[in-house]
Amino acid sequence: MAQLTHRSANLLKPISAAVFATRGLTTASTTPITVETSLPFTGHKIDPPSRSVETTPQELLSFYRDMALMRRMEIAADSLYKAKLIRGFCHLYDGQEAVAVGMEAAITKKDCIITAYRDHCIYLGRGGTLLETFSELMGRKDGCSKGKGGSMHFYKKDSGFYGGHGIVGAQIPLGCGLAFAQKYNKEEHVTFAMYGDGAANQGQLFEALNMAALWDLPAILVCENNHYGMGTAEWRAAKSPAYYKRGDYVPGLKVDGMDAFAVKQACKFAKEHALKNGPIILEMDTYRYHGHSMSDPGSTYRTRDEITGVRQERDPIERIRKLILAHDLATEKELKDTEKEVRKEVDEAIAKAKESPLADPSELFTNVYVKGFGVESFGADRKEVRAVLP
Amino acid sequence: MAAAIMQGVRATKDLSSANYKRSCFATPRSLPERKRSSFVIHCDGNLTSGLNNSSSRSVRLSANAVSTKQENVAASTASKPGHELLLFEALREGLEEEMDRDPRVCVMGEDVGHYGGSYKVTKGLAAKYGDLRVLDTPIAENSFTGMAIGAAMTGLRPIIEGMNMGFLLLAFNQISNNCGMLHYTSGGQFKIPVVIRGPGGVGRQLGAEHSQRLESYFQSIPGIQMVACSTPYNAKGLMKAAIRSENPVILFEHVLLYNLKERIPDEEYVLNLEEAEMVRPGEHVTILTYSRMRYHVMQAAKTLVNRGYDPEVIDIRSLKPFDLYTIGNSVKKTHRVLIVEECMRTGGIGASLTASINENFHDYLDAPIVCLSSQDVPTPYAGTLEEWTVVQPAQIVAAVEQLCQ
Repeated sequence: MAQLTHRSANLLKPISAAVFATRGLTTASTTPITVETSLPFTGHKIDPPSRSVETTPQELLSFYRDMALMRRMEIAADSLYKAKLIRGFCHLYDGQEAVAVGMEAAITKKDCIITAYRDHCIYLGRGGTLLETFSELMGRKDGCSKGKGGSMHFYKKDSGFYGGHGIVGAQIPLGCGLAFAQKYNKEEHVTFAMYGDGAANQGQLFEALNMAALWDLPAILVCENNHYGMGTAEWRAAKSPAYYKRGDYVPGLKVDGMDAFAVKQACKFAKEHALKNGPIILEMDTYRYHGHSMSDPGSTYRTRDEITGVRQERDPIERIRKLILAHDLATEKELKDTEKEVRKEVDEAIAKAKESPLADPSELFTNVYVKGFGVESFGADRKEVRAVLP
Repeated sequence: MAAAIMQGVRATKDLSSANYKRSCFATPRSLPERKRSSFVIHCDGNLTSGLNNSSSRSVRLSANAVSTKQENVAASTASKPGHELLLFEALREGLEEEMDRDPRVCVMGEDVGHYGGSYKVTKGLAAKYGDLRVLDTPIAENSFTGMAIGAAMTGLRPIIEGMNMGFLLLAFNQISNNCGMLHYTSGGQFKIPVVIRGPGGVGRQLGAEHSQRLESYFQSIPGIQMVACSTPYNAKGLMKAAIRSENPVILFEHVLLYNLKERIPDEEYVLNLEEAEMVRPGEHVTILTYSRMRYHVMQAAKTLVNRGYDPEVIDIRSLKPFDLYTIGNSVKKTHRVLIVEECMRTGGIGASLTASINENFHDYLDAPIVCLSSQDVPTPYAGTLEEWTVVQPAQIVAAVEQLCQ
């Protein structure tokens, strides 16, 4: 593996690294380290970026922590769902954390991200708190959408996170719209419109892509290819599963979505490209351990061996852990302590979220229209509950 | 009116006794005899209406229903006692029987084949009929709906499954322009015998986009028929009728009703697409409802009967066109109408039904029609808020009491 060459190159470092280790993870330095991505990038009508990614120990450790947090959050959501505290539809992201974390490392909060319903971790990456996440999932007032949206409708306007959408593919034209506004306002920012391999077969994607290309919008379409569209495998749904090539006249890049550094490099590259030349498609080759949603066991259309195989060979958190250990940035014990911390944080957030009050009945009528419209809404029998929509 | 109340009281007493079914007051158990005599006429002499024994009172509602129901079914049908199954299994049975009967019948939708359908309605069918007859489509509602309509134009009889009715909004153009209008615009040359089916309605905290009631959006489309099933019995019957119909039919199922259990006849039966179902004959007020709200109404009916009222409950089943014959007869009898629906207040099925009844039966009404509908808000995720958006049994009871003052 590429890490071996770096081990030998960093022979000068061991002592200082050990010093860091004893001082604890909080004082990790910003001295640059170069890592190689696990696989080279494949380009479509574009020259792919280099495999060498610049990073720092601080970044490596933060990647680890962030992904561990996301993983723990999703597992906790699984338990809460089984305990019937979360209801309805719940789509979990565990296995795909590298995409969220790598993307955030390459961009700013002024760049926009929009995604579909597998949005809990992206929300967290955009600056959402655990409390807001769990409160929303449990339908409480403190949730990011005041408990009215649910798992599929997380939004965070102040950090450029536009959701959170339930209908497959509908967020892509929205994403191109965000890019349109960015171009209109002459901002030097981009939009990442994320979708899955299932949504890649939606007509609206190609319509939006055509327009984005026509007008050179700074839109980056990110296909999170986890190889299954709900219960149907990609080869059974798409004639051409090379999603990065499906843009035809729009350049594309295929990225190992389980490698956070590959994602980071690709997103950085894409941002530079989109600001100059218009849309680009990124295909993130990733995998989800859970089924499509909590009502899908995830084992009727794929084997358990496949799932455990991916977990052993390509797990994103494992990869970062190996990198950290290889570079002597932390010991096994410290990483375990981080995981314990993260677990505690999640448990505390859940406990706090459980205490959060349920939404008040009057909330039923708020935010239907923007304030001041004065529309009246009658209760079921025209007499019982009556409110003027605020 | 006083006589009616007295009779209502008597019915109350009888509810708890075993000779419930012999009470002359409107219990579903005594329904078959009554139904045969009163309905065979208007259903164009169609034998199927007689078989519509409407053992439709959900097993959930009253414990003693199960034992008496079975006896009665045996007595009335005078044949094999039938078999028990869940609503999604009834849909599958109907589907399978029609696919066996006619090789042109095929199914298209997301995850219908190998996965077996997200609500298991098509489970096992792909293995039996092959991948082309039970087609797993990519997630492209607009296109596969259009594709099915195109296939229907040449003579195939596809059944389009929307994994959730809400997703069919993406196919609205195909449904409205091609499905509904092609027969007309081609001067009758093309028939579109498709069935569009899927679950809709407000479920358990599924969120705003997955809790839509598409019947209110589709109802204006000319050329289509809409039906809503509510029990395993009518689910199977309506599925078969819809498949056999030469017109495009939209069959509305409900996310929360798939696991309802009922005993249905072994022999084949097909229901009438345009017919409403008399759930509970009564004298005081006509309650018109469909799909899931039927169960809320029946729950309210229990309370109402205890309080001395005698509601007549009709499951309208046919959302387009309305069965104004059955509804009209009922209005002429009771003179009071309450509509209970799950659609939103604005532009729902209830709104159209109110207009229709007012237009046609105005002289027979003693009071303005009351329509209970869902709130005009997107369905919130939070459980308590979601409950507030749909009509609850308590509101139905209150409305009847007010109406019957």
